Amino acid sequence: MTSTTAPAPALAKTAVKTGKLRRDRLPLGRQLLLQLICIGILITVLFPIMWVVSMSLDPLSRSRPEGLNLIPANPTLEAYAQVIQQPTNNPVSFLELAKNSFIIACTSSLFSVLIGVSAAYAFSRLHFRGRSVLMLVILGVLMLPAVATLTPLFVMLNKIVVTLPVIGEFNLRNSLMGVILAIISGLLPFAIWNLKGYLDTIPRELEEAASVDGATTNQTFFKIILPLATPALAVTAFLGFVSGWTEFYFSWMFLTKPQDFTLAMALYAMQGQFTSTPWSLFAAFAILVAIPPAVVYFFAQRWITSGLAIGAVKG
Amino acid sequence: MTAAAPAAAVKPRRRWAGLAGGGGGGRVSRVAYLYLVPAFLVMGIITLYPLLYQVWMSFTDYGVQNLRETAPPPAWVGLDNYVNVLTSALAIPNFDFLRIILYNLVWAFSNVIIHVVLGVAIAVLLNTRGLWFRRFYRAMYILPVVIPPIIVATVWRAMYDAQDGAVNLMLSGVGVLFRIPPDFFQIDWLRQVEDPIAFIPLPLAFYAMLITNTWLGWPLNAVVATGALQSIPNELYEAAEIDGASSWQKFRNITMAYLRPAMLPYAIYGFVITFNLFHLSYFMSQGGPFGRTEQLVTQAYRLVNEQQLYGVGAAFCVIMFFILLAITLVTNWLTKATATYNL
Repeated sequence: MTSTTAPAPALAKTAVKTGKLRRDRLPLGRQLLLQLICIGILITVLFPIMWVVSMSLDPLSRSRPEGLNLIPANPTLEAYAQVIQQPTNNPVSFLELAKNSFIIACTSSLFSVLIGVSAAYAFSRLHFRGRSVLMLVILGVLMLPAVATLTPLFVMLNKIVVTLPVIGEFNLRNSLMGVILAIISGLLPFAIWNLKGYLDTIPRELEEAASVDGATTNQTFFKIILPLATPALAVTAFLGFVSGWTEFYFSWMFLTKPQDFTLAMALYAMQGQFTSTPWSLFAAFAILVAIPPAVVYFFAQRWITSGLAIGAVKG
Repeated sequence: MTAAAPAAAVKPRRRWAGLAGGGGGGRVSRVAYLYLVPAFLVMGIITLYPLLYQVWMSFTDYGVQNLRETAPPPAWVGLDNYVNVLTSALAIPNFDFLRIILYNLVWAFSNVIIHVVLGVAIAVLLNTRGLWFRRFYRAMYILPVVIPPIIVATVWRAMYDAQDGAVNLMLSGVGVLFRIPPDFFQIDWLRQVEDPIAFIPLPLAFYAMLITNTWLGWPLNAVVATGALQSIPNELYEAAEIDGASSWQKFRNITMAYLRPAMLPYAIYGFVITFNLFHLSYFMSQGGPFGRTEQLVTQAYRLVNEQQLYGVGAAFCVIMFFILLAITLVTNWLTKATATYNL
């Protein structure tokens, strides 16, 4: 590949110039046809999004949208106001739900990244007995969907009941902490694997220089690898955060106390009450939940794809 | 900790170095285990031990009655759970193990093929030189990817509503132009029982979710394809032009040749993701009609969450593990077999 791109510089320059001249001109008819196709695709991409946005502006008195309108008749933000106050029949506000989701998402992603990066370093740079076997273990767990550990974790965490002085009886299964543990169980292998993939791409020259200067493994890790891996750490943490922010399986299965409920649980509950709640409430809620990760993702997209060694977190 | 590191550095154990394979400077370090301890301690407790515990559970009749701390241990039932799952002899409605696996495979295959073809086609379209607003289109087309999947699934379920869903409203809007009465478009996309295509035994909900997942899935394929397209040196096309190649020949012999090694691993990865996709089936069709769009993951969740059959659910998950293992081995073999493909 490199051999084809290395002719004499002067020759290459002229080639690029003529190429540009010839290729940049697109006949007008063709241009218009392609524009038509592109706009068609754009409409299909935007259609569901516009529909939800428009629906969220419906007044609460209208239980379902009146046809397809970009801006509905009498648009209002009252659905947002209602949803922020109390989205479902449970006496929980949007902020309380968001707080629980935020705690789950932050804790699980931070723990996974912090624990994961040291293991990733060992797998990427150090030699030890059993390396390939342990790596297979990680890959094997990574391959499993989250539902694979659901049953045993539910049963095991359910057995851990402590009587605490202030709170009273505390069941680990029926708590945010239990959900966080279950999420880390799936997130940690992803963090290790993704970070290892990124560390593998960091050139070794710096470490070799450091080791010539007598740096130990620990010094290399803390002073060279960790600073260089910051983008990958941030991206891995962000992806973990997004998956925790809308996590459904474990929270829905584990949590029964309304004060522990999360955004995803409320969304599912609202969908179950489709016949009784106005759709504008559901639309406003969906938008509020989607906006924080979507905005970060949209603007940091280039940065995210470059720090991502494998695909996505398992759902 | 720090004392161990130089010792390992000075006294390399050569006989391990060969076994270790890959990695850094070719010396064995004992300090490596210290770096692994936190991760494997955590994984051991909350991942590996539960997985083993699940194997034990799968041989028992673990149920709600065994959940309490003081409850007696569940009875040992041997291979009963496995036999009941594999022969579809569970006492729950609409459970057919073979149908679930077949549906799951069809679902994953059909999605991936459509995603890859559409992704490549649109990437090629956007790669046309001189096309106006290319960057704008690229930025907008990525929107489905940035929305959390659970939102996508719930919103699309509302879109497919028979009476007020956007899909039926749009169709009747278009239908008016062709003098089709609006009542014609009262399609119950996710619950209609009759198959839309007589000779393909798949319910309408399958096609509806296929459309949703296509909306969701092609943009990332287009991103991957765009990356590969931009790595193709212009000189190749120019040389081909000089040799008098037609556009089809150029597409086949240059574009496709460069796209293949990039798209194939991504297609395989997409297959596994789609195979295990939970949100669409669970939130949109809810497995219906009559459990015909149930996938392995959603059925496993239902067994545990709704039926509270923990023992059966455990056996189901163990079986699912072996199915996924088989798929992983096949796909790994495929990736390796195609990795040697050279330009």
